[in-house]
Amino acid sequence: MAATASDPGTRINVQTRSAGDQPTLNAPIITLRDVTISYGSFDAVVGVSCDIPEHQITAMIGPSGCGKSTVLRSINRMNDLVQGARVKGKIEYHGVDINSPSIDPVEVRKRIGMVFQKPNPFPKSISENITWGAQINGFKGNKKELVESTLRRAALWDEVKDKLDQSGLSLSGGQQQRLCIARTLAVNPDVILMDEPCSALDPISTLRIEELMRDLAKQYTIVVVTHNMQQAARVSDQTIFYSLSEKRQGMLIEASPTQQLFTKPRDQRTEDYITGRFG
Amino acid sequence: MTSISAPPVRIALPTSPQLQRRKTIGAIWQAVFIAATVFAALVLGTLLVRIFVQGVGALDTDLFTQRFISNAAIERGEAGYLTGIVSSLWLVLIAALFSIPVGIGAAIYLEEYAPDNWFTRVVQINVSNLSGVPSVVYGLLGLGVLVSFFGNDFLGRSLWAGGITLGLLILPVIIIASQEALRAVPLSLRQGAFALGATPWQVTWHHVLPAAMSGVLTGTILSISRALGETAPVLVAGAALFVSNVPTSPGATYSPLPIQVFDALGRPQAEAKEFAAAGIIVMMTLLIALNLIAIILRERASRRVRW
Repeated sequence: MAATASDPGTRINVQTRSAGDQPTLNAPIITLRDVTISYGSFDAVVGVSCDIPEHQITAMIGPSGCGKSTVLRSINRMNDLVQGARVKGKIEYHGVDINSPSIDPVEVRKRIGMVFQKPNPFPKSISENITWGAQINGFKGNKKELVESTLRRAALWDEVKDKLDQSGLSLSGGQQQRLCIARTLAVNPDVILMDEPCSALDPISTLRIEELMRDLAKQYTIVVVTHNMQQAARVSDQTIFYSLSEKRQGMLIEASPTQQLFTKPRDQRTEDYITGRFG
Repeated sequence: MTSISAPPVRIALPTSPQLQRRKTIGAIWQAVFIAATVFAALVLGTLLVRIFVQGVGALDTDLFTQRFISNAAIERGEAGYLTGIVSSLWLVLIAALFSIPVGIGAAIYLEEYAPDNWFTRVVQINVSNLSGVPSVVYGLLGLGVLVSFFGNDFLGRSLWAGGITLGLLILPVIIIASQEALRAVPLSLRQGAFALGATPWQVTWHHVLPAAMSGVLTGTILSISRALGETAPVLVAGAALFVSNVPTSPGATYSPLPIQVFDALGRPQAEAKEFAAAGIIVMMTLLIALNLIAIILRERASRRVRW
């Protein structure tokens, strides 16, 4: 159904997935409370508070530089790898503060996996790409079974079953990205973070990844950063809109069920962004 | 009705004077670069040919099997570099065993673990400066610290002191080359591994080191070659001009090849010049053999990474 709007001339025609249904969000698995992330003395994103519902897809949208990727990387402590990055506020996963000194970031990342903007398979064979993460985390079972079942879940098995010994980098961009998703699944995480996973892919590969995301959301919680509003509308259950303050700091403007955000946004700035007047 | 396949309008596409000038400049620079390459190759080629012509008369198996370099032996054509070859191999082995693990370890720390603070920067600047210190200074260090540490009469003038001196000499070069190689490994590879719940050591050992290995080994090859050819530091640190026995343990006294060649050059006989030139050929052969081993190792290492 086309989005209803007060001025149908300017609003982009987004097809939300749950159109018609009553938008309901599950209980949160991750909560962010007043999170501020700085690089050196610069606050990149300020005062973010939001909930990530379990077994659903949350999309983060907003103009470039608004801090959505920064927030995403702070959820599994990948920001630790960035020199000078600091997180203030509270990020809780199942009620546990992931930034508390007693928590090892390695444990966090094992449960909260990540897929990156540019596909980055390891320069190893397709099988090894799957098994490596599982093995370092103590996997002792049948590797062949693990490879097959994981690749099937990532909708890649039929395309690669005859070349499991070839380098992961011999695949096409879209296949590489699904291999990266598969390698994340092999570790059996709870949550999968995706940082613009389709921005380097063609439309058909993008569609396949989106279908895969919907399928995975039955078992996993997914948070996806995207530049593509249609993508957010197509795949997500909740959408979080970020923007920039006058001081060029990123901030959260609105977090709503996707259908509501694209049809009846609560904030004028969201309205401006999704109708194309800004951004 | 209009045709959709109207013939294209032909236009002239002459080379403008401005483009002509740009092309000329490009051609001039290309010629300069070719000249530089040819010059470098010519100098090296001339040297090699000259040495070979001078030394070819003295090339025989005695060079590799005879222990003595004396005036009489040179005159009879029975002198050989056996002690020098074995001494040099020992030196390179000790230097490599000492400096490769330490050097790669330091590079891994600096690139993968060290925080960016004043201490790291001081270490970094020192490493860079050390690679430019004249080699004889390392010899003095070897003499002052190692020889007096081991004792002047006993192990002090042994292969231990010389080998570790050479190891110290090539250490900064290995650190810097390894750092460059580690830095060239894309960040996305590390991120991908970290995101699966890998520890920093697992990321380094399984991904970063294999990907950097080829570059690390290239730097190592170059520094080993340098260690083989160095004369000044080992001379200061206790190498002998002449030893009668082939060193069989790292505690033995020694006389490496470059020093023996230097010794032979100073002798008065007509045959001595030829013998020295043959010594250089022996040294080059040794160098090529060592490099070949390292290159084979490098190829093996890079085959494990499948870009």
